[in-house]
Amino acid sequence: MSTTPDSTTENPPVDGSELIRFDNVTKRFGDNVVLDDLCFDVSSGKHVTLIGPSGSGKTTILRLLMTLVEPDSGTIKVNGDHLFHEERNGKLEPAGENHIREVRKNIGMVFQQFNLFPNMKVMRNITEAPVHVLGMAKDEAETRARELLELVGLTEHIDKYPTQLSGGQQQRVAIARALAMRPQVLLLDEVTSALDPELVAGVLDLLRDIAQTTDITMLCVTHEMNFARDISDDVLMFDAGKIIESGPPEKIFSEPEQERTQQFLNAIL
Amino acid sequence: MMTWDFFTEWFLPGIWITIQVLVYSALLSALVAFVVGTLRTSRFWIVRFLAGTYFEIFRGMSALIFMFWMAFAVPLMLGWQFVPLWSGTLALGLTYGAYGSEIVRGALAAVPAAQREAGIALSFTRWQRLRRIELPQAWPEMIPPFNNLLIELLKGTSLVSVIAVADMTFAGNLLRLAKNESAPIYTLLLVLYFILAFILTRLMRMLERRAKAGVGRAPEKKNGLLSRKLSPSGESMQASTQGAGGLG
Repeated sequence: MSTTPDSTTENPPVDGSELIRFDNVTKRFGDNVVLDDLCFDVSSGKHVTLIGPSGSGKTTILRLLMTLVEPDSGTIKVNGDHLFHEERNGKLEPAGENHIREVRKNIGMVFQQFNLFPNMKVMRNITEAPVHVLGMAKDEAETRARELLELVGLTEHIDKYPTQLSGGQQQRVAIARALAMRPQVLLLDEVTSALDPELVAGVLDLLRDIAQTTDITMLCVTHEMNFARDISDDVLMFDAGKIIESGPPEKIFSEPEQERTQQFLNAIL
Repeated sequence: MMTWDFFTEWFLPGIWITIQVLVYSALLSALVAFVVGTLRTSRFWIVRFLAGTYFEIFRGMSALIFMFWMAFAVPLMLGWQFVPLWSGTLALGLTYGAYGSEIVRGALAAVPAAQREAGIALSFTRWQRLRRIELPQAWPEMIPPFNNLLIELLKGTSLVSVIAVADMTFAGNLLRLAKNESAPIYTLLLVLYFILAFILTRLMRMLERRAKAGVGRAPEKKNGLLSRKLSPSGESMQASTQGAGGLG
């Protein structure tokens, strides 16, 4: 976490620079203020974990970045480009669909319920977007898919439909599918919450492995505090749509400054 | 009594005409159903409104009267007329297509929102999501109601006999006038429509099994056959995977 004073990112960010930036983002669902004038940024290559009680706005941040919901006010930048806005004649205007898609290509997401495509076998689940969205050659996409399936340990299931796999296997395919797009940012939305307890460890080990061996930026909503402690560079504690505390995991988990953070950690640990 | 000659001379061509009207109007219905049904899920209200208007108008119109209108009113208005077979086909296709659009819309709406979100997360365009994710998943759900509609359409094809298209109902009526034997003729017609409907149902069942296998839902029958077919390619795929892994 840093609050960099300069907001002009004319050069493509190199390692360590700001990759995601929320400026005064507010999101309401009806009367319920889910995100309240939120500002934060994430540097390239960092692994950031969002914790907090349910309804505190963590998942909404991921869904905003994935453009599954739109902010009511404020701006979000990814890699220096506005996500929901385009600059026309020096003015910020709501972005067209093509602009949003271009910026969004930098971001991949893994969902709580996996959301694999049931009408495609494992291989096509992984290659479909690289081929049809990025325009990658089919052979190249398939070679890459095999590499990814080896990484997630599922090469023998390449020719199966998602319904023929266990939850843990489906989630690992979903991780491979997200990585196949070579995103700069990977969003993980409670990825082990829907898994049987004995399958959780395998998926978390895989994610630890990815966190350690790649330079991918991760934003992670999780209730697995040990996992959060292992992979995070920073932890953001949310409550009622605001970040009430942030810092390295050692500090947040061991000696939080806020009473609310302590309460939350006591309740779930 | 009805003679074999009369059957081959009138009924057989009549059956052939019925099948033609059925196939053409089913194809037109399917086209209308997919286009209108998909447009009814559009994000633009004007598109939804126009497609919804089409649906309401054609659902609420009598196919028979519409057929009369095509056959007898259009020539008066335009000074030009369709071949009767095409009047009947158009009237049936446009009307039953409206019903079909409701099936398509409903099946698309039943695809979980999570699938749309997964498609967005991979940056597919709206059209790509529809074509590659939503329609393929909605398709198996459409087949049983489409089967119902197709059988309704088959029975609806008998309406074309009133605009002088020589389908099998027309042949039956002709024979009745000539021979004045209602009972055997109409019994034969009932049986013929039933046989055609039964064949359609079997075909649609086959289609449904294949469609469900295509979204990874095991077909109830022919499991052995399918697994025999799949396992060799599965093994070869594994082998080639290991090869690629070794290289990488």
